[in-house]
Amino acid sequence: MKYQSQKVAYAYFLAAMGLFGIQVLGGLLLGWIYVSPNTLSEVLPFNIVRMIHTNALIVWLLLGFFGAAYYLVPEESEREIFSVKLAYIQLAILVVGTLGAVGSYLVGIHGGREFLEQPLWVKFGILVAAVIFLFNVSLTFLAGRKTAITNILMTGLWLLCLLWVFAFINPDNLSLDKMYWWFVVHLWVEATWELVMAAILGFLMLKLTGVDREVIEKWLYIIVATALFSGILGTGHHFYWIGAPGYWQWIGSVFSTFEVVPFFAMMSFAFVMVWKGRKNHPNKAALLWSLGSSTVAFFGAGVWGFLHTLHGVNYYTHGTQITAAHGHLAFYGAYVALNLAMFSYAMPLLRNRAPYNQVLNMASFWLMTGGMAFMTFTLTFAGTIQTHMQRIVGDYYMDVQDQLGLFYLMRFGSGIAVVLGALLFIYSMLVVRREVVKPGPVVKDAAVPGE
Amino acid sequence: MSELLTKSRARNVFYGGSIFFVVVFVALTAQSHRHIVDKATAGMPLTEEVRLGKHVWERHSCINCHTLHGEGAYFAPEVGNVMTRWGAQGDPELAYEILDGWMKAQPSGIEGRRQMPHFEITEEEMRALAEFLRWADQTDTQNWPPNDAG
Repeated sequence: MKYQSQKVAYAYFLAAMGLFGIQVLGGLLLGWIYVSPNTLSEVLPFNIVRMIHTNALIVWLLLGFFGAAYYLVPEESEREIFSVKLAYIQLAILVVGTLGAVGSYLVGIHGGREFLEQPLWVKFGILVAAVIFLFNVSLTFLAGRKTAITNILMTGLWLLCLLWVFAFINPDNLSLDKMYWWFVVHLWVEATWELVMAAILGFLMLKLTGVDREVIEKWLYIIVATALFSGILGTGHHFYWIGAPGYWQWIGSVFSTFEVVPFFAMMSFAFVMVWKGRKNHPNKAALLWSLGSSTVAFFGAGVWGFLHTLHGVNYYTHGTQITAAHGHLAFYGAYVALNLAMFSYAMPLLRNRAPYNQVLNMASFWLMTGGMAFMTFTLTFAGTIQTHMQRIVGDYYMDVQDQLGLFYLMRFGSGIAVVLGALLFIYSMLVVRREVVKPGPVVKDAAVPGE
Repeated sequence: MSELLTKSRARNVFYGGSIFFVVVFVALTAQSHRHIVDKATAGMPLTEEVRLGKHVWERHSCINCHTLHGEGAYFAPEVGNVMTRWGAQGDPELAYEILDGWMKAQPSGIEGRRQMPHFEITEEEMRALAEFLRWADQTDTQNWPPNDAG
């Protein structure tokens, strides 16, 4: 840690990991309700638990991004954060808002647009926090050295905060409501968040592999160009069946096919950088998460996304468990794993000690990744059967669901693995104070060029 | 390639190209907005009752179990075409009666069956919700879903 103010990232990461725990426990409960539907059905119905599950996810990922920005912007800009106090105020607003939202959901106060259910005061709180953040980070950025990593990170963060405005726009016309709703949802996860992801991944590669900055930054611009060129018009794949014109079927199919490209490029980028890099960085866990993130993002967002994005396919699979399969693996690979990569890299530095809990951390990677892969497969099988029975044969929804019990049981099992992995990750980050497996001796090889 | 595509050229391609695609997207969105209002949802007037129905739908977070035009949670049936499925799309009174009867019977309490919660909804709100679902059903969704099962 080169700058004192980077320390604020620590508080962000702690809050993020707390919400991460809530998110996966909520997910586990949802998985159990699928298996045993009478569970808590009168006290805590499915829709309430699902709001907690999805909202906690979104907020903790954002907290991770904000924390990552507070960590890497000083280092890239070569100066302290404009105001540490503002950064803590921003965090306090977000934490109070999130807990307020969860509390409101539990007593039945919420909006009804999926993922944007937060009460109005919480939405305003998020807006205020976003403004504070942009102000604070932009002033730091403008005063210091500008790099491609911070250029791209700032572009992504500015655009994602601006798109939040659409969370306040809720037309009475349902089809218009849906169209503008995607301005937040799609243009976050399939456009602006990808910029943030690329920037953080680029930063991690720079630090972990020691590859020349010029090489990394050129890659980054190409990656984010493919992300926005495909992702903006790729929004069309959400406009097929909501009342929008038919031409979106072609625009959406063509451009969302290209949405695979940035994810393939990020995976290639990560592996090529590690291949070229001569640095033997001691933090193997952060490296594993970085490579794992880009790989699983390629499969979850790229492959599973393409699986059902062509309009001729989506006509039959839209709104089935296929979507759930894709959603889980894409979020896990692209954004959860990337955040955990950043935590794994930064936490030892923030706490000023060697990364000596790596074996448990890496075990948690395989436990979580294995669990998520298994979950994706079971949901894909369930979705395939559902698509055939419901959309081709025309059997009724509940009759079909009754045939899918085995898959939901297996999904619950994989959920246990994910929760154990998540808890193990948090434990390895916060509790363990020694390495559980002694590493072998360091072999001195070729000279290690720095960045 | 490395001589042709320098870092600053890559950056310019990124910024310039993104602005181009944003402009195209905004233009198409504006056209889609008009299409939705003038054509796709014009089959039934967007009355105060339909508006109220949408708020009832939102206040109870129905979307976090059901799908509507295929979007939402996947825990409960699609409702974008539920009025067609019930044979009530052309009959507001029948639509209200079936919906009211169904929702008042929840939760069923049947062991091993997914439970729909009980909602406190007045008659006015229930009629509005039925109208909202009929209004959603008349939307031109490019013939989705493939069949009445939703």
